[in-house]
Amino acid sequence: MPEEARVLRGPAAQFNEGLLIRRIRDGERDLFYELIRPYERRVFAAALAILRNEADAEDATQEAMLKAFKNIRQFRAESRFSTWLIQITVNEARMRRRKEHANIMEPIIDRQDEEGNYTPRDFADWREIPLETLERKEVRQKLGEALASLGEKYREVFLLRDMQQLSIEETAKVLGISTASVKTRLLRARLMLRDLLAPGLGGNWSSKLSFAKGAKPW
Amino acid sequence: MVVGCEEVWREISNYLDGEVDPALRAAMEEHFHGCKHCTAVLDGMRNVVQLYGDERMGEVPLGFSHRLRRRLEENIVPSRRTFLGWAVAAAATVLVAGCFELARSSVSGHPEPLSEHAKPGNGVPPEMMVLVATDGKTFHVPGCPFIHDKARLQTITAREAMREGYAPCVRCMKKYLHA
Repeated sequence: MPEEARVLRGPAAQFNEGLLIRRIRDGERDLFYELIRPYERRVFAAALAILRNEADAEDATQEAMLKAFKNIRQFRAESRFSTWLIQITVNEARMRRRKEHANIMEPIIDRQDEEGNYTPRDFADWREIPLETLERKEVRQKLGEALASLGEKYREVFLLRDMQQLSIEETAKVLGISTASVKTRLLRARLMLRDLLAPGLGGNWSSKLSFAKGAKPW
Repeated sequence: MVVGCEEVWREISNYLDGEVDPALRAAMEEHFHGCKHCTAVLDGMRNVVQLYGDERMGEVPLGFSHRLRRRLEENIVPSRRTFLGWAVAAAATVLVAGCFELARSSVSGHPEPLSEHAKPGNGVPPEMMVLVATDGKTFHVPGCPFIHDKARLQTITAREAMREGYAPCVRCMKKYLHA
């Protein structure tokens, strides 16, 4: 997807956002909700993708927003406010995950070497899942389950790049990894999700990761 | 340049993001023409990116926004100026208001009526309590049926009302207009 298509907000909106931030810093605290309102869904989606639990994700969202408010003076205009907000959310969600799920084992796929064997499955009767089907709650739920079944490092990269529309560089910065790692993990995440969803709505949705192993393609 | 399936799989995500050089892109496209498996992988991956990038995937639980706003309100103290800020603002207001009054009184001894068609009252008891609407132009006795904006009424003395430029209502204050 070209970078231009990923810019969701125009210069006028960014200018207004800059003004809002300045006014909040100058003491008009009650404007903060107006500032974050356009991003509340995205922030929740980010927290949910990491925590995989709605109640935890909602709490993490609220906490992240409060942290953003407390640290608004540290925001630097050279980055996008949305990226900064997502970064705070990712940190908050990761911290909670470490705290609350320290003893829960991550999926097996997470312990695999990201350079390990992986061959995309060959679906002879592959069918596209039309975007209109997203109107159906069970479809959104299935997509959520497929994403939740990925290992954490793949889920995070996919979330930031393909759901939050961050660039490769922004994704690398938020996660503290190299751009090369972002690309490798993104490839893997996309391939795994494709394999999970490839049977299509008419087929059997995979509930377990059972990737075909084959010759190492790279 | 000829590429095989394995190289296509390795670069397919970059291809989708437009991050491969033109020569490799051309070679991959050539490969897709003759390889159903790789075409299916590409289409599936593109489908995945489109589905998860759709804004409908950003669904929030019922009441989410309300709860978020309430949490913020509980934890963010409303805007408050510092004492110095208030002092400066108050001084500025007094200064501006004083200048305005001075300019007005130097031009005329009477305030400008809020309505150009209004007639000044005659013999209105200055201490009489009257009603004015914030955006209105006339003042009324309580109970006047011709008050338009009943939601934003204020009770003040007739002296204050006239000083602010309000004119007597032509109906309830009729007797003061012909005296």
